[in-house]
Amino acid sequence: MNDQVTTAKQLPIQEPQKIDEHIVEIVSDSGEGAQKCGQTFGAIGGKMGNGIWTVEIIPAEIQPPARTPAGGSGNRIRVGSKIMTNMGNEADLVVGFNEQVLYARIANGAYKDGTIVLLENKWASDPQEKIRDEYAFAVDEFKKNGLIVHELPMEEECLKIVKNARKGKNMFVLGMLCRIYNRDPKLGLNEIHNTFKHKGDKVVKPNQDLFNSGYEFAKNNLEYFYDIPPYEGSDKDLDRIIVTNGNTAVGLGVMASGMEMISMYPITPATSATHYVAEVYHNVGGFIHQAEDEIAAVGFAIGASYAGKTACTITSGPGMALKTELIGLAVMGEIPLVIVDVQRGGPSTGLPTKVEQSDLLAALYGEPGDAPKIIIAAATIPECFEFVIMARKLAEEFRTPVILLTDANLATGVQPWLRPDIKEEWFSAPIDQSPWDKKVPAYDWDENTGLSQRPIPGQPDGMYVLTGLSHTERSKVSYNSETNQLTSQHRSRKIAALQSTLKAPVIHGVDSQEDEGDLLVVAWGSTIGAIEEAVNILKADGHKIASLHLRFLSPLEPGLRDIFSRYKKVMTIEINYSDDPDGPMITEENRRYAQLANVLRAQFVVDIDCWSVVYGHPLQPGLLVDELTKRLDAMNA
Amino acid sequence: MFGIKADWSLEVFERYFTLDDYGAGGDVRWCSGCGDFAILNTVHRILRDAQVAPELSVAVSGIGCSSRMPHYMGTYGLHGLHGRALPLANGIKSRRPELDVWVATGDGDCFSIGAGPWLHSMHLNMDMVILVFDNGIYGLTKKQTSPTTKQGTKTNTHPQGAILPPLNPLTITLGITNISFVAQVVDWNPPLLYETIKAAHQHRGTSFVRVLQRCPVFSEEFTKPLQDNPDQFTLLEHEDGITIDDNVKRLFHNVVEHDPKDWLGAMKYARDQENIPLGILFKDPDAIVYEDHSSVGVGMTNEEKVAGLNAAFDKFSI
Ligand SMILES: Cc1ncc(C[n+]2csc(CCOP(=O)(O)OP(=O)(O)O)c2C)c(N)n1
Ligand code: SF4
Ligand SMILES: [Mg+2]
Repeated sequence: MNDQVTTAKQLPIQEPQKIDEHIVEIVSDSGEGAQKCGQTFGAIGGKMGNGIWTVEIIPAEIQPPARTPAGGSGNRIRVGSKIMTNMGNEADLVVGFNEQVLYARIANGAYKDGTIVLLENKWASDPQEKIRDEYAFAVDEFKKNGLIVHELPMEEECLKIVKNARKGKNMFVLGMLCRIYNRDPKLGLNEIHNTFKHKGDKVVKPNQDLFNSGYEFAKNNLEYFYDIPPYEGSDKDLDRIIVTNGNTAVGLGVMASGMEMISMYPITPATSATHYVAEVYHNVGGFIHQAEDEIAAVGFAIGASYAGKTACTITSGPGMALKTELIGLAVMGEIPLVIVDVQRGGPSTGLPTKVEQSDLLAALYGEPGDAPKIIIAAATIPECFEFVIMARKLAEEFRTPVILLTDANLATGVQPWLRPDIKEEWFSAPIDQSPWDKKVPAYDWDENTGLSQRPIPGQPDGMYVLTGLSHTERSKVSYNSETNQLTSQHRSRKIAALQSTLKAPVIHGVDSQEDEGDLLVVAWGSTIGAIEEAVNILKADGHKIASLHLRFLSPLEPGLRDIFSRYKKVMTIEINYSDDPDGPMITEENRRYAQLANVLRAQFVVDIDCWSVVYGHPLQPGLLVDELTKRLDAMNA
Repeated sequence: MFGIKADWSLEVFERYFTLDDYGAGGDVRWCSGCGDFAILNTVHRILRDAQVAPELSVAVSGIGCSSRMPHYMGTYGLHGLHGRALPLANGIKSRRPELDVWVATGDGDCFSIGAGPWLHSMHLNMDMVILVFDNGIYGLTKKQTSPTTKQGTKTNTHPQGAILPPLNPLTITLGITNISFVAQVVDWNPPLLYETIKAAHQHRGTSFVRVLQRCPVFSEEFTKPLQDNPDQFTLLEHEDGITIDDNVKRLFHNVVEHDPKDWLGAMKYARDQENIPLGILFKDPDAIVYEDHSSVGVGMTNEEKVAGLNAAFDKFSI
C-alpha cells in the first residue's frame, strides 16, 4: 500500500519554512469529525499567538448521503501572522476524507492551482468498483486542474490504533496538521484531553495515540513543514483571548446588555445564537421564549418591552418580513425593542445557510407608512457583541426599535477576540415604579429632538393607552391632520437627533491628505476584512484608494457628503444583487443598484457606483483586488 | 373606605378606588345599544370590587370595535394590532407576573386573524382574562363575514349569505392542551356576566370567556333570537363554577349541574347547538402557568449577573 503515498519520501529532519499565513480546509462526510478537528486546529493557532479566521463548511442537508458533494462538512481555517479579519482567498492545503466532498468546494472556487490536497486513499481499494472508479476519476481530474494531490493511507494508519477509524480519523488528521504547521504537540494533546476528559481515559488515550500517530506520519512521509510566527503583540493578548462565532457573540451581547428576554422563532442562520443563550441564560436571570411564529415572537417582545423589560427578537430575512407590522407598532407607540437580523440569501427561502446583505432596504423601508427607526450593522465578531449592548441603550434612550444587521458570514465565522471587562452599566436599570408626574403626558415630546420619557405600567399616575393609531401627546386617538403631521415629525426628528451625536466615520487607507483623491469604496457589515485587505494590497501597488465602513445606516454617520466630495469616484461593494451596467437591456435609466448605493445616491445626489454579487459566500480579497484594479485602470486611462 | 380587621379594629385603607378610577364615566364611542358597554361596565365593577390598583392593571386589545376597550379604561393599556393582542399580553406578563392583565378581542380579531395566537396563548395559559366580544360579524370594518357568522347570514362579503356553518370557538378551545378556564356568557344579563367574568378574573391561568354580544347595527340576527328565547340556553351551575341567583334562574328554564373539572361533559355542552351553554364549562387549577417559568430570574442582582456572564465568557477562553 505504501507506494500510494505518491510523493512521500523518507525526509531528513528539516527546518520549517517560514510563511505569513495559510488557509487550511478539512472536509469530510458529516459525522466524521472534520469540524471538531478544524476548530481544535484553530484554537491551537490562537494559543500560539496566530491570527485566525474560521468558517464552518456546512452540508446543505441534515443527513446527506455519504460521499456526495452536498454532504461536505468541515472547517476552513485561515491562520497567519497578523490579526485575521476575513476568510481570505483560495485554500493552500486541504485534507479530504473522501474525494466527493471536495467537488462542492471546487465548485465554490475554494481551491487554486497549487492547492495541496491530502486525500484518504482507502477508496482506491474499495470493494465496490463504482467507488474505485469514482475515486480514480476524481484524483485524475483534480490533478489535471492543478491541485497537488497526495493519496494517504489515513484509514490504514488509524486502524493500527482503533477498530473503527470513522471515530478518530479526525484526531489523526489533527496530528498531521500540527506537524505540518509546526504546532506544539503538547497543545494538541491538551485540547484532546479537555475535549474527552468527561468520557474518561479510555477515550482520551486512543485519541491522543491517533494524534501522535498522525504527527509522526506527517513527519516521516510528507515534505511540508511550515512555521507561522505569532503576530506582534499577541503575547500580551493571550490570556484575554476568547474564541467565538458571531452568533455566540450576539448571544453574549444580549446577556451583557441586561436584556432578560429573547423572543424568537427558529430560523437559519439566526437560531444558533438562541441555542447558545438557551444553555446559559438562566445564569444571568434571562428567559428565551419560543413563539409560534415570528409575528408572535416580536409581539411577545414588544409586550415585555412595553412593561419595562426591553426585549430582543432574533431572526433572519423571512422572519423580518413577518415582523414588519408589529415593528411599525413599536415605531408608532415608541416602544424600545432590539431586533437582530442575521441576514441570509433571499428573496423567499433563498439560500438559508449562505451570506447576503439584502435586508438593508427592507429594514429601512419594510413597514407601510413612514416608520423611522435606528439601524446599525456589525462589521466584526466583537461588534456583534458590542452592538447589542449599544442597541439596547439606543432603543431605550430614543424610545424606538433598533435593528441590528449581522449576516451568515459573521454568524458562523469563528475568530479570537479580546474578552471584554464586564461593566454593570451595560445592564438595564431596574424599572422605575415611582409615581409619574400627572402633569407630564405619556409622550412629552421635546420639540427639537422628538425625545420623551415613557411611563411604565406599575407607575402610579402614569396610566396611558399605547396605540398604533395616530395619537396626541396624551396618547389619545386623534384623526387630526395637524397632530399626524407633528407626531410624524417628532418620530423622525429622533433619528436626526441621534445623528447629531455621532462622529464622522474613519477612512481606511488614508495616512495623509495626499492619499485621497481617486477611488473611495463604501461598504457595511461583514465585508470589512476582505475590503480593507484588498485596499491595502492596491495601496501598496501605488493606487490612490481608500475605504469607509458604515456602522450606522439609520441615521447615516455624519460628514459623508464632505468625504465623498474629496474623491473622483465613490462606489459601494456589497453582497446583494445589482445589475451589471454592461449587461443586456441595462441602461442608466433602469440599472438597479446595490442597496447601500441606492441609499447613498438618494441621500447625497452623487453618482455613486457599486459592485455587488450574490454568490452566497463571503467576499474574497483577491476577487476584490481584480475588480477594483479594473475600475482604477479605467479611471486612470 | 373602611375595612374590619381580624382583631375587629377598624382599618383605614390608604387608597380606595372608585369606578371612575377604572375609567367609568369617560367618553365612550360605541353605537347606542351596543353590547360592548355592558362588558366594559362589568369589568370596571369587578376591578373596583377587587380594588386592583389601576396602575397595576393593563388592558390589551387588537383591532375592532371591541378592541377600543383599553381606551375606556383608567388602567394602563396597549391597543395593539389586528389579531396580535395575545402575544402582546403574554409578553407583558412574561417578566411582570404581578400585573393584572385583561385582553379585549373580537370574533374576527381572535378566531380569524388571531387564530394562531388564540391557540398558542391558550396553550401557554398565562394568568389573564380573555374577553372575546363575539358579535358574529366584523363590526369596525362594516359587516363582513366572521368565523362565527351564522350560515346564510347576508354580509357585505357574502351578500348571498355566508356559505359555511360557523366555527365553534368552545370546542376548539376545549381541544387545546393545558387550557385552564373556558366559559361562555351573554352581554345582556348583567348578574350572569358579572359572576362569570369575576370567576374568570379570580382564576389563575388564561381565562377564556366568549361573550355573545349584541351589535344592533350589523348583526342583530346573531343575538336577537337568543334574547327573545332564553330557552335556547342551558345554564351551567356548580359550587366550583358559578352559583346563580334565583332571579336569574327564573329567566332561564334549563339549569344543570356541571362540574367544570369534567372535560368530557364540557365538550358535550360545547357541541350542543340547540341548548347553548352559559357559565363555566371547564376549569383546571393545575395546568402549567407559563409565567412561572418565563419570570424565573426576575430581580437577579447585578453581582449575580456579572458572575453568570463571567462564567459564560470563561467557556470561550482558549
Ligand atoms: C392586518 C389588518 N387587516 C385588516 C384590518 C381591518 N380590520 C380592522 S377590525 C377588523 C375586523 C374586526 O372584527 P372583530 O374582530 O369581530 O371586531 P368587532 O369590530 O366586531 O368588535 C378588520 C378586518 C386591520 N386593521 N389590520
Ligand atoms: S358596529 Fe356593532 S359592535 Fe361596533 S360599536 Fe356599533 S354596535 Fe357595537
Ligand atoms: Mg366582531
